[in-house]
Amino acid sequence: MVQCLAPDGSVVREDLLPDPGTRLELYRQMRRARHFDERGWVLYRQGRLGVFPPFGGMEASQVGTAAALTKNDWLFPTYRDTGAALTLGLPIARTLAYWRTSPHGWHMPADLKVLPFYIPIATQYPQAVGAALAERRQGTRNVAMAFIGDGGSSEGDFHEALNFAGALNAPCVFILQNNGWAISVPTRAQTRATDLSRRADGYGIPGVRVDGNDALATYHVTREAVERARDGGGPTLIETVTYRVKPHTVADDPSRYRSEADTAGWDAKDPVTRLRTHLLNAGLMTEASEADLLAEIAAEFEAALAEADSYPEPTPAEILDHVFAEPTPQLKKQRAEILAEHAQNGTQSSKEQA
Amino acid sequence: MTAPTTHAPQPTTHKNMTMVAAINDALDIALAADDTVHIFGEDVGVMGGVFRATDGLQAKHGQERVFDTPLAEAAIVGMGIGMGLAGLKPIAEIQFAGFLYPALDQILSHLGRYRHRTRSRYHLPMVIRAPYGGGVHTPEQHADSPEAILAHTPGVKVVIPSTPADAKGLLLSAINDPDPVFFFEAIKLYRSIKEDVPTGDYRVPIGKARIVTQGDDVTVICYGGMVEVAHKAAAAAHAAGIGVEVIDLRTLVPMDTDTIITSVAKTGRAIIVTEAPRTAGFHSEIAAIIAEEAIEHLRAPIIRVTGFDAPYPPFTAVEDVYRPNPLRVAKAIRQVMDY
Repeated sequence: MVQCLAPDGSVVREDLLPDPGTRLELYRQMRRARHFDERGWVLYRQGRLGVFPPFGGMEASQVGTAAALTKNDWLFPTYRDTGAALTLGLPIARTLAYWRTSPHGWHMPADLKVLPFYIPIATQYPQAVGAALAERRQGTRNVAMAFIGDGGSSEGDFHEALNFAGALNAPCVFILQNNGWAISVPTRAQTRATDLSRRADGYGIPGVRVDGNDALATYHVTREAVERARDGGGPTLIETVTYRVKPHTVADDPSRYRSEADTAGWDAKDPVTRLRTHLLNAGLMTEASEADLLAEIAAEFEAALAEADSYPEPTPAEILDHVFAEPTPQLKKQRAEILAEHAQNGTQSSKEQA
Repeated sequence: MTAPTTHAPQPTTHKNMTMVAAINDALDIALAADDTVHIFGEDVGVMGGVFRATDGLQAKHGQERVFDTPLAEAAIVGMGIGMGLAGLKPIAEIQFAGFLYPALDQILSHLGRYRHRTRSRYHLPMVIRAPYGGGVHTPEQHADSPEAILAHTPGVKVVIPSTPADAKGLLLSAINDPDPVFFFEAIKLYRSIKEDVPTGDYRVPIGKARIVTQGDDVTVICYGGMVEVAHKAAAAAHAAGIGVEVIDLRTLVPMDTDTIITSVAKTGRAIIVTEAPRTAGFHSEIAAIIAEEAIEHLRAPIIRVTGFDAPYPPFTAVEDVYRPNPLRVAKAIRQVMDY
């Protein structure tokens, strides 16, 4: 298992250390992600965010991998990969809107190739293969990165995608976040395999196992895989070994299926603390500069929250928008039904009717 | 009708060809016209497809544009989705419509809703071709008619031609449509009929039905492999003095409701013919539309002539019991006339 920093923050692989600027940027992105996760809980309890899957403790797995991409690359995130999407540049306001169940969360920025969070498991893997292949066919050096969990690696689509990517030499990087649990089913009950990165062997592609709580290690191995893909070397499967210390969703009660003993020890492996200790020890950050960073992150989040608060609620007939380029006669008729039924509900509907 | 269809100049030349040749012609034209068009699937490359619909296309357009995939339908469709997202026009072949089932998650969860879940930031101009239907003594699972599953999936269009010219014209419209289109090809019709097909970039608009025969007494609504069956029954009825209007729907989504309602308003009798299982089939949707919009014109109950609620039987001796034939349609015509 590739590791750069030990859990206590000490350097175990000097040769894998990224440059200081990159280390600081990884820390900044992990802090942004954690802030989102922590504020998300509060907003959920206040009724200002819907049910969402927390990812606290998995920041190194998400941030270190997504940081290896550029804005020309594709990112196919699962519902738990908010940290990865934020890292590539998905605006916080849009992300909040998504978990508020607002269509404004489905408007992805035009300068970003991040797909909306995937709810079905593993379906995004073959799609990433297609996007990667299309980039290569169009002569670019862009790659596609897709995320999945240990549970998702039981799905047929996972295996089909790895096989397709290998056979067609697609510039794809597959991130398998082994976070220990598929809702209530532990990895040991999910599969007899103990090293999920070796699933790559079956498809003739490289498989890498990395400490998923070590942002410097995840960044290092992912950057290698991205560069190999850009250079025509084909796909890589990266297993990030991490842990879902939080519940499956904010509405989940993990005490029904796991004990405190299961989770014991993972706090000591916390990815944010680990990199923080390293940066302080290396003199790359001071407690004062960190305080400035945290204040900046908090201000950024509150501004985004205000932006999300300003998004208008959708009108009733909007549920029929964006089905086809041009609505079918059937959709036009159904739209008229909705407008007639909701005509009393405001000017927007009346305007549409006119 | 609803798809933004560009009509090429009226062709002046025609070539006599089978439906499979017309499909090959359409694919060839699309590949030549647009570099983003890519064809892929099982055996479509070197071999040219099990029905030869892609015969010669790899040799002519290259291994990057027409290529064989590993054997896995979910990944074929899923990969096509990714290709469509990233700016290509993917045309996937599913070897038989009965093999679509492993890919249903990709279709139901994603293909149909990508435009919706990205508020039109992304759209999928993807075509999935699949041979379907019975009548040619195929093995188990090869003769299914799963069109209702797709028609029930928001965000995908469903096209089923019944003639070589329509196959070409509708396929070129499908390839140029901005949204995903399922293109079902009746296996029975691939080589059993030949007709003059316009050469060049010939288009038939998606969403417009075709009136096959005109008549004042009974409307028979059908599509794909059942058009030929209904046509034979209509010819026999005509000889007996009954005017049967056969409507070839051509497109299930979007459906040309106007043509159906206009005809039923004229005849007052409606029969729907499909080879799919009876319960919850697309024929039931057509019956419901007629009931909602033309019930005051009906002089007899709507009759569905369909397959049965059992898997399609691969037993040559009794296959024809399952698949509607002209006699069953003729019986339905008598039934509504005698009501």
